[in-house]
Amino acid sequence: MPEAKLMQGNEACTLGALTAGLSFFAGYPITPSTEIAELCSEELPKVGGKFIQMEDEIGSIAAIIGASLTGRKAMTATSGPGFSLMQELMGYAAISEVPIVVIDVQRVGPSTGMPTSLAQGDVMQARWGTHGDHPVVVLAPGNVRECFDLTIKAFNIAEEYRVPVVVLSDETIGHMREKVVLPELKSLTIVDRKAPAAPAGYLPYKADQDGGVPLMAPFGKGYRWHVTGLSHDETGFPTNKGDVAGALIQRLMRKVEKAEPLLRDYATESADDCDVLVLAFGSSAMSATSAVRQARAAGVKAGLFRPKTIWPFPEEPLRELASRVKRIIVPEMNLGQLVYEVERVVAGKAPVERLSKVNCELFRPEEILASIMGGSK
Amino acid sequence: MSSGLDYFRQNRLPHIWCPGCGHGTVTGALTRTLAKLGIDKNNVVVVSGIGCSSRASGYLDFDTLHTAHGRAIAFATGIKLSRPDLKVIVMTGDGDCTAIGGNHFIHAARRNVDITTIVMNNNNYGMTSGQYSPMTPTGMLGTTAPYGNVERPFDLANLAIASGATFVARGTSYHVQLLGEMIEKALLNPGFSVVEAVVGCPTYYGRKNKLGGAVELFNWQKEHAVNVKAAAAMAPEKLEGKFLIGELYNKAAPEFTAEYARLVEGVRRKFDDFQGGVRGCAQNSD
Repeated sequence: MPEAKLMQGNEACTLGALTAGLSFFAGYPITPSTEIAELCSEELPKVGGKFIQMEDEIGSIAAIIGASLTGRKAMTATSGPGFSLMQELMGYAAISEVPIVVIDVQRVGPSTGMPTSLAQGDVMQARWGTHGDHPVVVLAPGNVRECFDLTIKAFNIAEEYRVPVVVLSDETIGHMREKVVLPELKSLTIVDRKAPAAPAGYLPYKADQDGGVPLMAPFGKGYRWHVTGLSHDETGFPTNKGDVAGALIQRLMRKVEKAEPLLRDYATESADDCDVLVLAFGSSAMSATSAVRQARAAGVKAGLFRPKTIWPFPEEPLRELASRVKRIIVPEMNLGQLVYEVERVVAGKAPVERLSKVNCELFRPEEILASIMGGSK
Repeated sequence: MSSGLDYFRQNRLPHIWCPGCGHGTVTGALTRTLAKLGIDKNNVVVVSGIGCSSRASGYLDFDTLHTAHGRAIAFATGIKLSRPDLKVIVMTGDGDCTAIGGNHFIHAARRNVDITTIVMNNNNYGMTSGQYSPMTPTGMLGTTAPYGNVERPFDLANLAIASGATFVARGTSYHVQLLGEMIEKALLNPGFSVVEAVVGCPTYYGRKNKLGGAVELFNWQKEHAVNVKAAAAMAPEKLEGKFLIGELYNKAAPEFTAEYARLVEGVRRKFDDFQGGVRGCAQNSD
């Protein structure tokens, strides 16, 4: 019988990573993510893994890309300012197709902002932080147990699709302690990247199909291949041919677009027959869940849509719901970020109302409830 | 016995470097040294950043990583810590290494991580057409120093030594034999090793400063470099305006990845009843 443990979101992320096969962590201290680095520094040596505290966040993401190229599952953890510093190399991981996991425990920004306070202001940074078109997958845990589950999922996606994956946590989810029962190890699916069989004829960036994922050889095993952040052809060497460079970007984007139905992860509550749909993620979704239940108790048909995969956004299920509801409310701890994507997907099928909060305090359920009730009178 | 050419991806040649540029000479010195040492191609990783120097990785027949500007040493640190058995070599330039990459450089030196860093110093940013770098001498011209550089340059060797590098040397693309010897010692040093290779940039630095073409720039190296052994017997006034070449520092110190391996061994002994970490899975190790 699995035992219940009291644990923090950051701790659950770390345990999830270790369970997924993490064997290399590089990071730089930053609130509110530091517990992840601390726990990795303690646990990785016990299992023969590697930990290094780098000189900054740029060095941290560089080091994990290097480690991943040798075949390890590698991760870093940070918060807004550090995540901003990592953005150039997020693009490097995307174009060179090196699997990495980055945990971003969001805090108030911009700049140093309020390091110990809650915000959800990195939604767009997580998707579009680096320059150029690029693939990235972003997962947002809504409770401590999901920190565990989604970090494993993040590694699985990174390994399978050779993309950088962001676990978009936040100060409340990261620091909150909950009673958690972790799943049995044997019940879990752990994905490892696919490697070529032998060096002969290896084309490191040759995909077998539209939006396909090339096989990835580890460094130090006789493949002697070349990795670059320059636009490259199937051989991995740089190209100046516009059509080849364009085809690369198209394939990188198609990898994630094609996989969207598989990557899609969301939860709903009372959504099937609701008039008012609340769409929330991360810590805001905890308050939204309470609000929806209170509204139902008061006789208002409210429902919840909680995306766990934020990018790529789960368009289809939302579009389907949008055609049946009267209103959609999007509470976010920012002045409106995910709401833009919601508006795009809903495309006028239902009015979308933003409910923004940037005073560093978690939404109170009553605030969301008031919004639900306000429009339902 | 293999030759230096065996370490090139010959189908990637000819290289893009300008006539008279020293980068090819330095890369050749590296491959000849690797051949001399009989190092297995499959056990070498070459990491580079951005700039003229950093194109070297693409021509070399190893696992090669052409990274982002300034970050080669940080990527290399991840590779070396992950696979301490691999020979990790960074090829970089004065701008890539000492400006945007300066932080990684001093911290890799401080850790004494076993990486050989070859810095091709052409005193400017060649790839972007000749802007001044942190190693452009004061008063010299660059496209962003049209009235002369008012900044003071780094002394890279002293920076490396002060930061903790355990082998530091300087060579030039004129003194090729010596450069090879210095690279050999660097490769054999179990720690962070720095070889500064002074090279000419006839296309930008040389032209902008009216120093002449390739031949004049090689002659400049010949006339201004003084072997550190000879310098020891020379009067200070004779050394004015000259620079030292040869082995400038060589002192053993604990190497980072070896120390980390010892730490892991100790921790694992302490937790010898420990089956695969907090989650009981054994996938986290090598």
